[in-house]
Amino acid sequence: MKIDCPLCGTRDSREFSYRGDATYLNRPAADAGAEAWDDYLHNRDNPADRTDDLWHHGMGCGAWVVVTRSPASHEIFATRLAKGTGA
Amino acid sequence: MVKLTAKSAAHGLLPLTIGTVQVTEVADLTLTAIAPYKGKAAQAAQALTSAHGLDWPQPKRATGNGPHAIWFGHQHILLTGAQPDPGLAKSCAVTDQTDAWVVVDVAGQGARDVLSRLTPADMRDGAFALLDTARTEIQHMQGAITRMDPDRYRVMVFRSMARTLVHDLQTAMESVASLSA
Amino acid sequence: MRVDGKGLIDRDTCLNFTFDGQAFSGLKGDTLASALLANDVRLVGRSFKYHRPRGIMTAGSEEPNALMTIRRGDTKNPNTRATVQALYDGLVADSQNAWPSLKFDVMELNDLAAPFLSAGFYYKTFMWPKAFWEKLYEPIIRRAAGLGALAPSYDGDRYEKAFAHCDLLIIGAGPAGLMAAVTAGRAGVDVILADESPRMGGRCLDETVEIGGMPSYEWAAETLSDLEGMANVRLMPNTTVTGAYDQGDFGALTNNAHHLADCPAGMPMETFWRIASKRAILCGGALERQIAFPSNDRPGVMTASAVRSYLNRYGVSPGRKVTVFCNNDDAHRTAQDLADAGVAVAALIDTRDDAVVDQADFPVFTGGRVTATSGRLGLKDITVEHAGGKRVINTDCLAVSGGWNPSVHLTCHMNGRPTWDPTLASFVPTPGAVPGLTVAGSAAGHMSTAACLASGQAEALAALKDIGAKGAAIDLPSADDAPYAITPFWDVGGTGRAWLDFQNDVTTKDVRQAAKENYRSVEHMKRYTTQGMATDQGKNSNVAALAILADATGRGIPETGTTTFRPPYVPVAIAALGAGGHGSGFAPQRFTTSHAATDERKAPMIEAGLWYRPSYFPEKGERTWRESCDREVNMVRSTVGVCDVSTLGKIDIKGPDAGAFLDFVYTNMFSTLKVGKVRYGLMLREDGHVLDDGTTARIAEDHFVMTTTTAAAGQVMVHLDFVQQCLRPELDVSFVSTTEHWAQFAVAGPKSRDVLNAVLQSPISDETLPYMGWCDVAIGGVAGRLFRISFSGEHAYEIAVPARFGDSLFRVLVDQAKAHGGGAYGMEALNVLRIEKGFITHAEIHGRTTAFDIGMQRMLSPKKDDFIGKAAAARPGLMDDDREQLVGLKPAGAVKQIMPGAHIFEPGKDPVRVNDQGYVTSVCYSPTVESVLALAFLKDGRTRHGDTVMAVDHMRGVTTECIVCDPVFFDPQGGRLRG
Repeated sequence: MKIDCPLCGTRDSREFSYRGDATYLNRPAADAGAEAWDDYLHNRDNPADRTDDLWHHGMGCGAWVVVTRSPASHEIFATRLAKGTGA
Repeated sequence: MVKLTAKSAAHGLLPLTIGTVQVTEVADLTLTAIAPYKGKAAQAAQALTSAHGLDWPQPKRATGNGPHAIWFGHQHILLTGAQPDPGLAKSCAVTDQTDAWVVVDVAGQGARDVLSRLTPADMRDGAFALLDTARTEIQHMQGAITRMDPDRYRVMVFRSMARTLVHDLQTAMESVASLSA
Repeated sequence: MRVDGKGLIDRDTCLNFTFDGQAFSGLKGDTLASALLANDVRLVGRSFKYHRPRGIMTAGSEEPNALMTIRRGDTKNPNTRATVQALYDGLVADSQNAWPSLKFDVMELNDLAAPFLSAGFYYKTFMWPKAFWEKLYEPIIRRAAGLGALAPSYDGDRYEKAFAHCDLLIIGAGPAGLMAAVTAGRAGVDVILADESPRMGGRCLDETVEIGGMPSYEWAAETLSDLEGMANVRLMPNTTVTGAYDQGDFGALTNNAHHLADCPAGMPMETFWRIASKRAILCGGALERQIAFPSNDRPGVMTASAVRSYLNRYGVSPGRKVTVFCNNDDAHRTAQDLADAGVAVAALIDTRDDAVVDQADFPVFTGGRVTATSGRLGLKDITVEHAGGKRVINTDCLAVSGGWNPSVHLTCHMNGRPTWDPTLASFVPTPGAVPGLTVAGSAAGHMSTAACLASGQAEALAALKDIGAKGAAIDLPSADDAPYAITPFWDVGGTGRAWLDFQNDVTTKDVRQAAKENYRSVEHMKRYTTQGMATDQGKNSNVAALAILADATGRGIPETGTTTFRPPYVPVAIAALGAGGHGSGFAPQRFTTSHAATDERKAPMIEAGLWYRPSYFPEKGERTWRESCDREVNMVRSTVGVCDVSTLGKIDIKGPDAGAFLDFVYTNMFSTLKVGKVRYGLMLREDGHVLDDGTTARIAEDHFVMTTTTAAAGQVMVHLDFVQQCLRPELDVSFVSTTEHWAQFAVAGPKSRDVLNAVLQSPISDETLPYMGWCDVAIGGVAGRLFRISFSGEHAYEIAVPARFGDSLFRVLVDQAKAHGGGAYGMEALNVLRIEKGFITHAEIHGRTTAFDIGMQRMLSPKKDDFIGKAAAARPGLMDDDREQLVGLKPAGAVKQIMPGAHIFEPGKDPVRVNDQGYVTSVCYSPTVESVLALAFLKDGRTRHGDTVMAVDHMRGVTTECIVCDPVFFDPQGGRLRG
């Protein structure tokens, strides 16, 4: 499997580690309340067609990358740097 | 007075020649991580050029001839082979990394075949030209590879892994030598 | 027998080999299989279940029968297919799965019991009584089953993994693959052409057809020499592409040395490649299938195309009197080639009534069936029934063709299914099943040479266009364009057993029985009968089995469907897949700068993550680690000890917002820390549990140095990257790991300052460096940093110098410590020292503990609006009093040992889960307190100091009565730290 690192170009997936859903970028305010924090920490959709994942290019440039892909076909539609794209 | 003696990262392990490939340690190479502060990229690039005569490297690239500036990841570049000019600190975080890495040159005909045993990165001429650089995996290790000459690659991994790097290079070199014999 | 004037072999180079101890000779260019056939050896193995005598069936990697063990002793290689094993001088081959000998195999008794051993036998028979399974059935089955045996000792052969990249990967170098490679090669793109055979050419080498007006093998050789001249084309012979994976990745296995008598030093036997391609074309050809008829498994029954391969490529006829049995025109060539070469053809039997055979000088039976065979260890006679009646034909080789199955496997590796083509009576690849992979040649169902060449070029041009390269059509060489005429014919029927899967002994009856027992789904039938589950994955037999299942269930073949194709296409040795991952190659080894000096002091090393750290430094006369450890603890408490702590993570953090950044990642405040000071910090995960702890020093207003634990150094770096890039990108801060730049040593004990002042250029004092301070220092002209921090509870320091001076400084410090009555100490003593002080490590902050649990809830700064983990840590469930809280335990009864991992119960309560009160995390013997000490988590533990509890280790059967106490066992006021 290959992932296009926005900085390094196309790289083997072994250089990356999967770090969960991109929901993790949208951190609630400290006082957002239990429900918002529960959603942020624990609740994830599980769509078959398209997900936004967080991958860390730990064996490469260290960038956090948002990978839009299909968990069914493994097709990767787009990648972008996670930097500065959070809430 | 106490006297401390220096030992290089690959002390006692290199040089190594197998077949047509040589590995040598590039010892005493000053390494400095340089990361520009917010909004100071242009100022940093200017400081690098005026102090060291080096262009600020784009991602995946190194610049220079002698001292080099090597793109070193999402956050910083690495100045190699020169004491950093103190003026850089005005626009950049400047951190000494001289002892953090073991630096070796893998050179000779077949050097690329040796590296293809260790890194998943594409090292073909079209994908990895002169002074191209890659932060990449080198047999389970975080590392960096820079193409210094057509047949010479500069390979870096963390200092503590020098022995593993030499072991992995040696294994790959033996394989390449035996298969091309 | 060898046939004069035929074959692409070197008749001048004779190679000697043995099979089951008997000496034979073959020729250079032979496979083991062709050499055996040249020597008229027909019986080469026994089948898996019934131990039926079996001979060579094919000439390729799909071979089900001829599995052998090559070499003997430690380097023996079982289950090698003789059809792909190149012959070398001195080769030693042995048959498998037969005892005492291949000709007389005791387990052949199974064959007599065959009526009881049909499909599902194991499932039905070994069900009861239940207790018999482990003691009786399984050992018997395990002994009886299996193919070759591994060498019992360590396999010293080398294997390796490697990476390759290309624009276009072409899989298979037959007519289609060669044509595609030439087309793409001339366009200048990077091409890899991989073929499983040592000699490229595919069926160009096996047939007597012409391409471009010359024999096909000459055309192949010319084309290959063209390709060799192209710098952008990489030829990979001996390389089988084994799997298709996401985004254009392919697995491939190169055989480097199996064909060599002696593997040269350093050469890996095999290389497992990961090939990254932009586009790929599968030109893998097609595999011929059998027809099922009674006793069709005798040695001498082969595929028709294999007989041609042996004749045309190796100059061998597998029989002296060969019969051909087929349902298509293609197989007629076998009879013709044999007749042309002067080999006797006993008959050509075609199942089709309307088959046309021109100019045959051998008997032809159209509408014929082979209904019986004879010959216990090799084919002697066959019985043919046809319109004109029934007759027995004396023949020692039967070349069978039930048609061709395009090699669709790779196109199905991403869960695709092939499409049924009724004209070919075969499955063909479904376009687009693997993104970026197209198919050409007979793998795509193009069955004539001309069509193969044309499709090879067409697919190459299409791929070039996709890549964005410019390709040009070349004039296609002239070639045979005869149609492939076939009428499906699967099963002759009759009463005898007719084999489908030769390796796993699956018969047509087994498939029908599975259907009868309602295993109608093809996936169920497969598992019930084991059809296609052997090492050949049913390459010759699956389609016929489907056809018979379809017939038995009254469905069509497309409705019946196929089973799932999975990588690898051919068996791959675990040694190749795991290459580089055994022994010390399993993970990098990290050595500190003091490693050599530590080694010289004979300290046993322990692994801490990837690091190697000294366990203890033995002194003369010490017999156990405990003696050394106790001495080292006493030494630190009474004089001074030196310990390498370079493995702790160090992160250099700079920028105007460095303080704000630290405030956000730590629970406590760092922006208020004064320059020159050090503070202990606690880090949470966002879910409120403890991530890590450590000390951070303020070097300058906008410069901090953070330390992490050894265990979590990498994890913390990733975490900081995430926070900076994703959560707080507005902060002007940057950081870099300096773990490896600094060698850092703890100098601990009442005499620590004396040791340091003996080496520092300028001495320190309590005034210049108070507890939790740091300063710049110089040692022999080398600039370093000195931190007054302690993980032992003693007056202690950590001194850091650039790593190149680490070895030297360690020696200097140990010498100085010795001069002050101390010395080096290792991990065991370090652990005792910290347990005595109740300091936590990742044994305590193991991922499920909160700041509250470890008694650090006051470090969750209420002054800060936000920090990582603040919101979640405030959840009521993480602050409840009945959570398990950090306590100390000391043995209070007769049993003096507390077991780490033991669970805690109240005295008198059953030690069962519902009564569980907590667990023990760390244990040591403390020479300071002169007792075993433990750190533990106990429900509501902070209010239970003084209580008696029972620590029960169920696994080792140890129960210890303990008294609960404060986790700080020694110097609770901390006076020694400041002393």
